[in-house]
Amino acid sequence: MIRLSLSRRAGASAPLAFAAQAAPALGRNSKRMKDFIRSSVFTAALALLAACSPQLRGTGDLGVIVERADGRVTVVESTGSTILSTVSGLGDLSHAALVYSRDERYVFVFGRDGGLTKVDLLTGTIAGRVVQSGNSIGGAISQDGSLVAVANYTPGGIKVFDTASLALVADIPAIAADGKPSKVIGIADLPGRKFIYSLYDAGEIWIADLADPAKPALTKFTGIGRLPYDALVTGDGRWYLAGLFGEDGIALLDLWNPDQGVRRILDHYGKGTEPLPVFKMPHLRGWAAADNEIWLPAIGHHQVLVVDKTSWKEAARVDVAGQPVFVMARPDGRQVWVNFAVPDYDVVQVIDVPSRKVVKTLYPGKAILHMEFTPRGERVWISARDSDKVVVYDTETLEQVAELPAVKPSGIFFSARAHKTGL
Amino acid sequence: MRLGMTLVLIGLGLCASAAAEPSAGRRDQLRDMVAQDCGSCHGMTRKGGLGSPLLPEDLSRLSAEGVVETILEGRPGTPMPPWKSMLSRDDATWIAAYLMGETE
Repeated sequence: MIRLSLSRRAGASAPLAFAAQAAPALGRNSKRMKDFIRSSVFTAALALLAACSPQLRGTGDLGVIVERADGRVTVVESTGSTILSTVSGLGDLSHAALVYSRDERYVFVFGRDGGLTKVDLLTGTIAGRVVQSGNSIGGAISQDGSLVAVANYTPGGIKVFDTASLALVADIPAIAADGKPSKVIGIADLPGRKFIYSLYDAGEIWIADLADPAKPALTKFTGIGRLPYDALVTGDGRWYLAGLFGEDGIALLDLWNPDQGVRRILDHYGKGTEPLPVFKMPHLRGWAAADNEIWLPAIGHHQVLVVDKTSWKEAARVDVAGQPVFVMARPDGRQVWVNFAVPDYDVVQVIDVPSRKVVKTLYPGKAILHMEFTPRGERVWISARDSDKVVVYDTETLEQVAELPAVKPSGIFFSARAHKTGL
Repeated sequence: MRLGMTLVLIGLGLCASAAAEPSAGRRDQLRDMVAQDCGSCHGMTRKGGLGSPLLPEDLSRLSAEGVVETILEGRPGTPMPPWKSMLSRDDATWIAAYLMGETE
């Protein structure tokens, strides 16, 4: 925005000054003067028009930092690591999640207060906002970019909106097999205008097919396990994994063969060790896929689990500094970065994937909540809530290269997410 | 005699329940913890999330002791963890009063 207004002023003032100085010299011939003024005004108007039209820029290096306590997002660019604008009035962002439009221009922010806000990154303004429920947790955008679905806690279920107008397209309650409403978690997009999500209270997985938005078709998988608390879809759109809080293990659905049903993997992965109290729910959408392995947080243990994606069996465990919250692979899969639950949340650890060893322990600030890699992974942005800053690291040297002020920052989301299934 | 005994018992009871209030600095930390760490599940405005709402009207049906026990020991079978490794009983007693709207 600053850049825009500066160029507008500089561009507009020169032709106007020229017209004002030149006109009196032509005072004897009124027709010529009129012509001159007309042409001068025309030139000035053209110059103004050119100057007023926004300076063109792409959106591929844009991102958003959530300032959760203030209901605000900061729009940033990751080429020079600078702040472009701030957008307020997004409501309660206690647990803010967002998705990108397929043109990478807009973000759809899901607020805890049920607000769905569409933010225009180029103008730094709110392009639309609806308060669609009492309490929501997250959402997803369809493969074709036409629909955005919000997962709700109160009342449970999902609501689906048109991404252009934010008009309500479908309202799908989550009444489980036992007849009770359920909180919805772990929503993600699937190929073909479908959304998949889990029913927390009921232990079910549902797929909503909105090929015809007026008649959503539901596929339900019941009895998948107790208290699924979050889930993810792998980047190829094939596997849906729901972490279970009420029991050991993970519910796995092969979306290429949904008729085979949900199966359980990693049963008893906490066996033999007394699990610790879990002070923060791990976030599964950060689960890292590196090589042919999936790296994920062990619940209630100071460990990261490595799971073979072919057999879905545990391949290794890596000891880390605390209970992992986000376990995220650098886009090339060579490194995995981990942050932790309170009280170990001032630490970030870097694991070398081939050797499965922690190669660096970093202290970027107090209360590290989230990490986001730049699209090709040369840098990672880390939010330090209680230090009121976002810290940027070079992922090769593991040195800090930039720092941005932010008020109680939580999530960081770059626009490259627009083109990834499940994000 | 019985009256005297009762008074003594009441006195003892008061002593036992009168927790030492955390210092001003600690209270700041606890307010922050309620907003941020409890807020992760219960919402920063305490209207609930994956965890239940924690507004005074939601907690009014519970006893202060019950709230303190839940904070310290957690709720088995739910994601509510025991916080006793990070909070003393005095901390938890103050948080319970804070949540129930009895102190600021």
